[in-house]
Amino acid sequence: MKKFWKLAATAAAASLIVAACGGSDSASDTTAPETTAPAAKLDCEFSLGLQFPETGEAANLGAPMVKGAQLAVDEFNAANPDNCVELKTFDTQGDPAKAPAVAQAVIDDATILGLIGPGFSGESKAALPLYEEAGLGTVTGSATNAELQLNGWKVFHRILGNDSVQGPAIAKYIVETLKPASVGIIDDASEYGAGLAATVSKAVGAGVKASDSIDPKASDFSAAVSKMKNANPAVIFFGGYYGEAVKLSKQLRDAGVKATLVFGDGVKDQAGYADAAGPAAEGAIIACPCKDGSAEFIAAWEAKYNEVPGTYGAEYYDAANVFLNIIKAGAKDRAAVQAALGTYDAAGITKQIKFGANGDATEAATVYIYKVTKGKITFVADVK
Amino acid sequence: MSNWLIYETFWDLTVTGLVLGLIYALVALGYTMVYGVLRLINFAHSEVFMVGTFGVLVSLTKVFGIPIFEGGQYPFRTGFVLVGILLASLVLGMFVSGVSAVAIERIAYRPLRGAGDTYGAVALAFITGLVLSFIFSDDIGANLIIAAVVAGPLSVLYLRIFKRGRQAPRLAFLISAIGASMALAEAVAIWGPDERVMYQTPRILEKKVLFNFFGADIRIDFLIVAVGAVLMMTSLLLFVNRTRLGRGIRAVAQDAETSRILGVNVDLVILVTFLLGGAMAGGAAMMFTLVYDQTRFNIGFLLGVKSFTAAVLGGIGNIRGALLGGVVLGLAENYGSAIFGGQWKDVIAFVVLLVVLMFRPTGILGESLAKARV
Repeated sequence: MKKFWKLAATAAAASLIVAACGGSDSASDTTAPETTAPAAKLDCEFSLGLQFPETGEAANLGAPMVKGAQLAVDEFNAANPDNCVELKTFDTQGDPAKAPAVAQAVIDDATILGLIGPGFSGESKAALPLYEEAGLGTVTGSATNAELQLNGWKVFHRILGNDSVQGPAIAKYIVETLKPASVGIIDDASEYGAGLAATVSKAVGAGVKASDSIDPKASDFSAAVSKMKNANPAVIFFGGYYGEAVKLSKQLRDAGVKATLVFGDGVKDQAGYADAAGPAAEGAIIACPCKDGSAEFIAAWEAKYNEVPGTYGAEYYDAANVFLNIIKAGAKDRAAVQAALGTYDAAGITKQIKFGANGDATEAATVYIYKVTKGKITFVADVK
Repeated sequence: MSNWLIYETFWDLTVTGLVLGLIYALVALGYTMVYGVLRLINFAHSEVFMVGTFGVLVSLTKVFGIPIFEGGQYPFRTGFVLVGILLASLVLGMFVSGVSAVAIERIAYRPLRGAGDTYGAVALAFITGLVLSFIFSDDIGANLIIAAVVAGPLSVLYLRIFKRGRQAPRLAFLISAIGASMALAEAVAIWGPDERVMYQTPRILEKKVLFNFFGADIRIDFLIVAVGAVLMMTSLLLFVNRTRLGRGIRAVAQDAETSRILGVNVDLVILVTFLLGGAMAGGAAMMFTLVYDQTRFNIGFLLGVKSFTAAVLGGIGNIRGALLGGVVLGLAENYGSAIFGGQWKDVIAFVVLLVVLMFRPTGILGESLAKARV
């Protein structure tokens, strides 16, 4: 009898584990059928991978990535029904710790000829060594850390300006347009946030009066808020993502800090930042190397998704099209795609796309300045 | 690093540190009381706090129908309406947290103590059925039906195991606690309307600065947290020290077996302990949403770890220790962040714990729920 119970308990435990795995799989399947699944189940010879944060802290930034790439793939498949390409999505939650396993899954799928992404800088740093070893070409439309291109990865390509372009441009806008008496700098100690904050800080120079880092996992930033309140700068720049930007904006305003808040591209999210922070977001400046895209692109996006294009939607549309054009031109394996990336030169909707030796797009990127006005993130100016 | 800054912002840091420290202390009470009575670290307590914040969110948005923003502004309320809604959301938060703490005790711990009963068996069987049902279906209606069908025979099986009345090894409680914690957090993450994103809670209280204390602004929400937390802790101390059930709690904390022999209803005492601990976490949840107006499925994790640290710092099992530990931790974190930078906040918290435990292994006030020092 004793043995029987032991067996029963083991069996129950095993079935629980199986159930737990099954449960989480089916849950993640249900999250995005309308955005990721092609209209009809296509039996395609080749596919493209997309490594991005589908869920997690920064999922709002991930949604336009998949929508932009999917739009490009759908348009391609409609135009080339005999030579279809499938888009396969891989969720990292933007977490560098999860990226290597995800990258391995991408590499193990032999139908994947190229990878769109990775979405964030931290996950890029973790995943790119694996792609480099596998010889799988990648094109990101959002990982803007200014050191990624210095790693010597041949498979790394990026179609927008990195933080070394974004940082000085933000600093230029702060110094020349906002003309503050002093500047406060805060970062979230992440690959992206700290990197961007450092370049802004360097470019602003002597005007920086106070700086601090916050722990993005914490709810309370009172030490950083006290520091800013005490230094009382006219402008506060925060390098980080929208989730912390919401908490920080609210806590700064609650403490009576009146400084103009300036953010980088990680905060350019209508729902995630402007809608969530409400009154605390009003008047905030958000810089982004991202562009809204061409009129046809915006119309196609609105027809398909019933909303205005999100941040990086246009860049991911372009990134997907780079691979699709290469596949259309006859590339049939990873080596051919990777070779073609080096010589690629064609117009995208955001810029003329041609990659330099380090993987960055050669066309110097303009940074676009947006402002939260009456609760909406609206374009105000561009900085060259 | 600008070390001088701590002098200029000292009182500001003290005030905000105290506020967060009191919230830590309220959550720490749950850890400390359960440890005192059961010698068990209830790792699911962080999720009790999380569920409480969602209870407050639901009570504000669904029960009172308050939007997050009204025409781009905060939905401020004033006068008696404000006081009424605040009190009601406090009561609802405490209720939701208290009930979930009791449910965790019933489902995750009591069967392991060899005292499992029919309610626990049925609930556990239903949850097992629900989890299993996801293999076959993603439709929540179908899942519930499958779970109900499976729950019947399974609860009989569970009950037979429970009825053997044997105490499981210590480690089993720990695993059960971690399991309950993950189950609760993931349930909110999967079934919450916005899944894993941050939820904003409506801000009905305008955070006015009441007065200035050595250059530190004393805001009305800070004052509410301070007064509320102290009131809640005082009533808890009175309850434990002055009532019959409180005497039961102290008796079980001293020696569970002997008090059972002497006629104390140990299972009732344990249930009340969980209920009180949960209610304190619910109160903390209401105050947390009042100050930070936001929540998330994993909001309890870091705060739970910090509160547990506060409980150990003050002396686990000791109610006054939880208060002291919470306040010390909140202040140390704030001062430390100002000196070394905000990214060192967590490191400072644990260094303080290490240093205290090195010299006082049982915490600042020592372990004792049972003795006179309660």
